[in-house]
This record gives sequence, C-alpha cells and structure tokens, in this order.
Amino acid sequence: MSATILFWAITFAQIMLTIAMVLALTRMIKGPRAQDRVLGLDTLYVNSMLLILVFGIRTGNTLYFEVSLIIGILGFVATVALAKFLMRGEVIE
Amino acid sequence: MNHVADFPLWMAWFVAAFLIIGAGLTLIGSFGLYRLRSFYDRIHAPTLGTSWGTAAIVLASIIYFSVLQSRPVFHEILIGIFVTITTPVTFMLLGRAALYRDRSEKNPEVPAMDSPKSILDELKLMDKPESVYLESGERE
Repeated sequence: MSATILFWAITFAQIMLTIAMVLALTRMIKGPRAQDRVLGLDTLYVNSMLLILVFGIRTGNTLYFEVSLIIGILGFVATVALAKFLMRGEVIE
Repeated sequence: MNHVADFPLWMAWFVAAFLIIGAGLTLIGSFGLYRLRSFYDRIHAPTLGTSWGTAAIVLASIIYFSVLQSRPVFHEILIGIFVTITTPVTFMLLGRAALYRDRSEKNPEVPAMDSPKSILDELKLMDKPESVYLESGERE
C-alpha cells in the first residue's frame, strides 16, 4: 500500500517538474530579451535540481543528492556570471 | 520500488504530500514565468519554486531517507540552505542588470534615474547658490 502511494506521488511529482522544465525552456527560447533568457535558464536549473532529488527518492540512493547539490551550485555561479555580463559587458574585470 | 515494501503507511502519506506540494508549487512558479507579461513581473514567479518548492521536496527527502535508513538523515538540508541564500542574490543582481539596461536604452516603462545634472539645473532656476542647497541636506 505505502509502495503504491509513494510510486504514484513520485510519478506525479516527476511529471509536474518536467512540465515546469518545459515551461522554463519555452521562456528561455522565446526571450524576448537577454534577461528573460537568463531567468529561464536559472529556473531550468532549479527545476532540474528538484527533479534529480525526486529521482533519488525513487531509487532510494543518496548519491543523487550530491548530483543535485552540484547542479544547484553550478546554476548559482552561471546566473551570477550572466547577470554580471549583462550589467558590465564582461564577467571578470 | 520494492525497497519500500515495509515503509510505514502514515510516513508514506507525509512523503507523498510534501512531494506533491513541492512539485506543484514549482510548476505554478514556472507557469508564472511563462505567462506573466513584463520582465519585472516574471522575476517574482520562479521564487515560488526556490522557496517552498525546494523546501517541501527537501523535507520529503529527509523524511523518506530517515525512515528508510532508520536513522536521522539531514544532509539534504544543505540544498535547502544553499538555495534559500543564493536565490535572492542572483535575482537582485539580475533585476539590477535589467534595470540598468532598460535605463540606458531610455525605456519609458521604467522610472528614470534622478541625475545630478537636473538638480543643478533646478537650482539655477531657483537662483540659489549650490553650496547652500548641498549643505542644508533637504534632499539627498
């Protein structure tokens, strides 16, 4: 019984997170300006981080936690670098 | 999914509820990012996913692995803390960059910056010496 509950909850959560990733990707492709694309990329990063966390719950393996932590850190650095680039025209001054 | 055969039922409901809440909030946030009209509206929407979306999924993960391994497992809280700290930083940087770009393009939809030059012009119209105005501290 509890396996069935968990299976369906995890499946629904994965479907919702995938739809959220598709919406963020649509915003990243549509734009219309550079800051919208950066915002879409940041949302895509967060959604993929959560999706991998849910995947770790599905497999029962704590290894996926580290993958998702690394994705979160990379997303932070990427968004800060891109925002800096939009502000100044170069990343490291 | 056969490793959860002896998972307690009420704990399973907790994990399921937190998973659905977290994923649903993330979906609502991403839908707002897709649907809202201007950039300054859109920058608010994904924070739904990075605040309670992340917190609920992290809570579900903590409960699940604590029950599964029969000991407290708290390392997922690192993700929660990290995301909570970094999201305001990135979005403030991004918002300031967007505002700077809009202002430098003289976009009429954003408020223009009060330039020092216009204050000096105002002073000349009022026929008042600049030093008096600057020292009196009526206005920054």
